[in-house]
Amino acid sequence: MATSTALASGRPKRMSSRARRRQIAGYLFISPWVIGFLVFTVGAMLFSLGLTLFDTDLLTETKFIGLKNFVQLSHDRLFLKSLSVTGYYVLLAVPLQVLAALLIALMLNNRKIALVGVWRTLYYMPSIVSGIAVSMLWMWMLNPDFGLFNYLLSLVGIQGPRWIYSEQWAIPSFVIMGVWAAGSNMLLYLAGLQSIPTPLYEAASIDGAGSWSRFWRITLPMLSPTLFFNLVMTLIGAFQVFTQAFVMTNGGPNNATLTMVLYLYRKGFEQLHFGYASAVAWVLFVIIMAFTLLVFRSSTAWVYYEGELRR
Amino acid sequence: MTAASASLSARAVRTHRPRLRRIAPWVFWTLLAGLGSIIFVLPFVWMVSTGFKPRWEQLVMPPVWIPSRIEWSNFTEPLHRQPVLQWYKNTLILVCFNVFGALLSSSLVAYGFARMQFKGRNLLFMILLATMMLPGQVTLIPIYYFFSRIHWTDSLRPLIVPSYFAAPYYVFLLRQFFMGISTEMDDAAEIDGCNLFDIYWRIILPMSLPALGVVAITEFTWNWNDFFGPLIYINTPVKFTIAAGLRLFQTRADPQIGQTMAMTFLSVLPLLVVFYSAQRYFIQGIVISGVKG
Repeated sequence: MATSTALASGRPKRMSSRARRRQIAGYLFISPWVIGFLVFTVGAMLFSLGLTLFDTDLLTETKFIGLKNFVQLSHDRLFLKSLSVTGYYVLLAVPLQVLAALLIALMLNNRKIALVGVWRTLYYMPSIVSGIAVSMLWMWMLNPDFGLFNYLLSLVGIQGPRWIYSEQWAIPSFVIMGVWAAGSNMLLYLAGLQSIPTPLYEAASIDGAGSWSRFWRITLPMLSPTLFFNLVMTLIGAFQVFTQAFVMTNGGPNNATLTMVLYLYRKGFEQLHFGYASAVAWVLFVIIMAFTLLVFRSSTAWVYYEGELRR
Repeated sequence: MTAASASLSARAVRTHRPRLRRIAPWVFWTLLAGLGSIIFVLPFVWMVSTGFKPRWEQLVMPPVWIPSRIEWSNFTEPLHRQPVLQWYKNTLILVCFNVFGALLSSSLVAYGFARMQFKGRNLLFMILLATMMLPGQVTLIPIYYFFSRIHWTDSLRPLIVPSYFAAPYYVFLLRQFFMGISTEMDDAAEIDGCNLFDIYWRIILPMSLPALGVVAITEFTWNWNDFFGPLIYINTPVKFTIAAGLRLFQTRADPQIGQTMAMTFLSVLPLLVVFYSAQRYFIQGIVISGVKG
């Protein structure tokens, strides 16, 4: 970045044919993204926003109904249920995933540990087999009668709950799976931890800082950009929880796992109410954006950027 | 006996205290990491073990870890019942096309952003970064409608075509990497008569193999795991990918759990193989994108 701007400002007068050629070439090179962005993002979003005003199955009937879809949403009990289910999942899963990954990364970043590479691989492994395979596997892991989970709990004298078959425990089951597969967060933390310059710690030690205060005054502030990135990405991902709910519980028991995306899928792709489904999508979109903005806003208070990292 | 051994170990502690104090943290942390990792590995072990178990050992408590004999029918029976090999083939086709598309389109766009000067470049790049956070659901239905209007549904095409329009995450990652490559090479090549595309093709790409590897691996994993895409677009079972087809083995009524686990194992096996043989790319991708993100 620095070199290219320096080059540009070094010879601003010679906006020659060469520079103009580069200008055109630039647009040509980025054209795949620009076209894709215009069609698959801008175009699709406008279309989808328009769809929210219609009652349509996109095949035979299309009727303009104004904001009725949103009015109907506001007292659709299943939709409100899906809001609270998704909110509950986000509330549990996001802090736990962010924290568990941080703790594992801190443990692996310890200098007094053998076989770091092996442990790192093992902790990361679940996160590459996301989605359907994890759901198929955990359906049986969490089986109340034959599952490994309840067997392990019984070894320490705990009678496990009925997990995905219980209204109360179904969402916590998904949260456990989410934490199990949070390995990429951990890798990000590890990368962040390793980029903290050791002289900082040495200087603090000389000044008499104990390990606790080194953690709070150096590690955490220096890691806060990574923490921020993980928080945003985990948050966005958590709001879109679908596969587990679709495959393992199909929204049940008694709609306890009816997440917003599952509801959207049912309304749109099973019942062909595409206008209504688009309205659900937009509500979800606005909620995600609101929370993302909130986190961004709050970041000035708790995310520490070194001068060079700040864009 | 206990008293004797206690006093013995007490003496051992006393004589070896300096060494013990040095070793103790190592033992503690390594043990902790090892114990913790069991939680993460045990489901996989159980999956593999159950996939090879005969029926009478599948649903017993406590679980049998090492099958008394290997039950190959857990694999052969589902392979007869469903076109699993065809699913593999479909998935491979999808993955090949998409890895190629992602590499080509994303590297072109990244090269444009990293090396060209044009009006609105920074603004466009900010927009690109912002779309990285866009949840797919808002654009899902129109894109689905578009592909169904041109009669492309029930084929792999709707899953392939979008990857030829450059994914923001890859563009970001590759641009970071390209900007680390010195421009002196570009200038020298230009004097030698290379055009901008030659520079991209003969200098930038060959020097960026690690970053391109990250893109390839990520795209491979993502497509291998993609469940929602095939679920929406593909209806005919023979056209499924492995992720979509796997669902057909999920049954609650007659738990053929051994077969289910055998098939789940088959579906993740290529992923695990790729992961172990290209582990450094996974970690590198995280490093390139994460630290600067």
